[in-house]
Parts: sequence; structure tokens; C-alpha cells
Amino acid sequence: MNTSYYISFITAIFIGGVAGYVGSLMATKKMSLVGDVLSHIALPGIGLGLLYGINISLGALASLILGIVLIWTLSLKTELSMESLVGVVFVLSLAVGFLITPEDELLHALFGNISAVAMTDAVAAVFVSIIVFIAARIIYSKMMLAYVSEDLALASGVKINKYNLIYLFLIAAVVAFGIKVGGTLLTSAMIIVPAAVARNMSRNMRQYSWLSIMIGIASAIAGFAVFPFLAERFGLSVVAIGPIIILASIVFFAVSLLFKKR
Amino acid sequence: MDFQDNQNLIDNKEEKLLEPVVIAPQTIIAPRHPMSGKGGELILEVKNLTVSFGEEKVVDNLSFSLKKGENVAIMGPNGAGKTVLLKALLDILPYRGEIKWSEGVKISYVPQKILPEKNLPLSVEEFFKMKKAGREQAKEALASVGITDERFLKKMIGTISSGQLQRVLVAWGLIGNPNVLLFDEPTAGIDIGGEETIFNLLNKIEKERNLSIILVTHDMSVVYGFADSVLCLNKKLICYGSPSEALGSEGLKKLYGEGVTFYKHEH
Repeated sequence: MNTSYYISFITAIFIGGVAGYVGSLMATKKMSLVGDVLSHIALPGIGLGLLYGINISLGALASLILGIVLIWTLSLKTELSMESLVGVVFVLSLAVGFLITPEDELLHALFGNISAVAMTDAVAAVFVSIIVFIAARIIYSKMMLAYVSEDLALASGVKINKYNLIYLFLIAAVVAFGIKVGGTLLTSAMIIVPAAVARNMSRNMRQYSWLSIMIGIASAIAGFAVFPFLAERFGLSVVAIGPIIILASIVFFAVSLLFKKR
Repeated sequence: MDFQDNQNLIDNKEEKLLEPVVIAPQTIIAPRHPMSGKGGELILEVKNLTVSFGEEKVVDNLSFSLKKGENVAIMGPNGAGKTVLLKALLDILPYRGEIKWSEGVKISYVPQKILPEKNLPLSVEEFFKMKKAGREQAKEALASVGITDERFLKKMIGTISSGQLQRVLVAWGLIGNPNVLLFDEPTAGIDIGGEETIFNLLNKIEKERNLSIILVTHDMSVVYGFADSVLCLNKKLICYGSPSEALGSEGLKKLYGEGVTFYKHEH
């Protein structure tokens, strides 16, 4: 258990918590698919980062922001639905990302490499998590109102489009700085699963949002706690921590199904 | 695409309207204070209002005005642009023409129907909080619509009955003391429970709170008993006036086509 282990641990906790929190807002109809595949749009940026030795989080962020702006502009300019546009940009990113990313790094880009988390990454992740948490908290109840009824939200002066865009940027930030934990494939699970667990168990928004955070954090802790045993048994490398965190959250999900329906 | 869903709901409602509309004598209520003629402060002026979806004009060159305290019922067949008109009045749809609300007017909107999922983690109290209403305000507004059980605030919004939900939406609309309420089909197939009808409820609220109500409705007893004026809409303005003027059987024919008769039982 060296310093780098603790650095990864702290990063995973903060990213896990905030990913759960923003994920709980993904209840919104249109946003669920969009947010789900958004993390894959990071791939070309990660590839470029690896090629040119730039921090992959920054590469991922640039790629995500570019992707979101592209989707956003197209959805306003064309009659196409956001879902299909996201689909197109998603496969575009995947194809380009695959071509760009050095082959021996591809697996890490897709599934994460938590051992690559450096001190600066951890500091950035903690900082970004806090900012994203605060921003999401501010837009939370307005997003929820829009989910209950878009008309009511609009009539109450909520600029739904604006909030959706802010929300996408928040997800982009979480994905970019969580990419070393879960890669492009598994980071979306860190966003989706805790909220699904919380939804099974909560009766109101307060419980729901806090539980989402807590399940995210608990999954990270459980992942790190279980890893040494699994590593010893199956000879796993540290890289496996990311997928184990996801598996832990799935275990929570299975348990939450038992609590479902009071 | 919520709008299309609304239209579908309207479609269902209006199938029935193609049959003769008959109102039992006991439900006929004499027109309330018939429009008190000229004078009275205008609260809303609409001039040449046109709303288009692509090429299609959904509301076409509509002009009318509304006096303070006046209650208007908007009627018309499906796809006539009723919900669209309300949304334009709320300024949540792009339109051409002029919609001028008088100064200091506070508008609230009660949508046709919302369908929260059963397991939506949102309590009634939190729903009110979204409009910055505290517990006391929420309780007061709920009391206005006849819900006095305090435990109700803790219920999940997806689990209450549709009648209760309708009441909650009305109460939600009352938060912030609006002076204009826009209702989209408050009666839309909903039994709001108990002896009370939505009509009693509207009357009570209007007396207590002294507001103007603009509502889309198909319920003739609501039109006759509640509205000071009726606006019949089928993309264009078909008729506008007091209920008995506007909805003579000529007016109805013009609005819904031949074959619609409204039997009005006089006493």
C-alpha cells in the first residue's frame, strides 16, 4: 500500500460520489441515453493525449466538449432528435478514437488504469468533483421539475435547454477526470448504477440524491477493499480495481432490488 | 413531443363531443354575473396572434381581450390550437402578433395532465419546494383545494390518485398568489374525489382569491356555470361572447360541424 494507492483511492471516492450525484439527475428522459454514451466521446481525446503526451483527462475533456457542442449545434440546426445525433457522434468518436489510440494503450483507455493516477490528477479530480457537486446542486431541483413536466418548468421560467447543456458539461467534467478510474466504457456505469440503486430505495428526492452519492462512494470503497483478496486469489493487477468498483455497485443494485416496492 | 401527447388526450375527449351533448336539467346553472358590459380594466390584449409549426398555422390571426376578474372558457375540436394558445399566452412557444398582459400580472399554469412514474423519488412537499413554497405555504395551498391531511405532504407524487394529483396541480398553481390562472382541461376525465366537482373547486378558489381564470374545457356545465365568456377556437376565432350568445346551436355547429346539438334545458 504505497502513496499512489491512496491517491487512487481518494480519486475514486470523490469521482464515485459526484458521478452518482450527477447520475441521479439522469432520470430525465432525453438525457439518459445522451449521458450514457457521452463518456465514449472521450476516446479520441484520450488517444491524442496518449500520442502527444498530454494529460489524458485534458484530452478527454476537450474531446467531450467538442462532441457536446457538435451535438448541441446540430440538434438546434436540424430537426433530428438529440438521441440519434448522439448516436452518430458516439460511433464517430469510437471509430476515430480506435484509430488514434496506440494499440497497447487501448485497453486502458476503454477500461481505465487507476494506477496511472498521479498526484496532480487526484488534486484535479477532488477539485472538479466539488465544483461539479455545487453546480449540480444548484440546477438539481429545476432539472427535476423539467422531468416532472416540461411545460410546468417552462411556465415557471426554467430555461430547460440551458440547464440541459450545463448538465452535459458537468457530466463531461466527471467523465474526463474519472477516466483513469473506469475508462470510457466503465465511467458511464459509475454515473448510471448508483442512481438506479438509490431509485429503488428512496421515497423522496432528498433520500434519492444523497443515496446516489453514498452508493457511489461505497462502491469505490468496496472496490478497493475487495481488490487485495481478489488480486491474491486470481493474480489481478491494479488496473482491475476500476472494473471491481463497477461490480461492487452492481452488487448494491442487486441488493436494492430486494428492498424495492414497499 | 409532449404537445402531441396532449393532442391525443384531447382526441379521446372529443370523440364524445361528436355525439349530441346533453346536460341534465339539475346541472344547469344560471349564467353568473353576465359580462358587465363595457368598461372594466383590461388584463390581457391579444392582437393578430399566429402560431405556426413549420408551414402549418395552428393558431391563425387571433385577437381578443380579457377584463380583470373575467373567466374565459376556451372551446374547440381537436387540433384546434387550444393548448397551443395557452402556451403562447404563457410565452413558452414562439409566436407572431401581440400578447399584452397588463402590468404586475402574475400568471400561473395548471397543465392538462402530468404522468409521474410510480417510483419517481419525489414527495408532494418537495414538489412544492420546487416553486419555492415552504411547508406552511404548501399546506395552505393544499387546504384551498380541500386536502388537509398533513401526512399527504410526505407521499410520493407518483403514488397519489389522479384526482389528488389534479388537486395538487391546482394547489401548485396557486403558490405565489397569481392573479391569472391558466387551466388546460381541468376536467379531463378526472373524478377529483368526494362530493366536490372541479367546478365547485374553481368557484371557491376564484371567490377566495379574486383571480381571472382562463380554461380549456369541454364540460358544458362548467362553461355555463363558471365562464363569463366563451372563446371558440378552430385555428381561427369562431365565436366569442357570453356562453349563451356564443354557444347557440349555430355557434356549436360552426365549431364542431353539423350534427352537434346542445340541448339547453331552460327553467
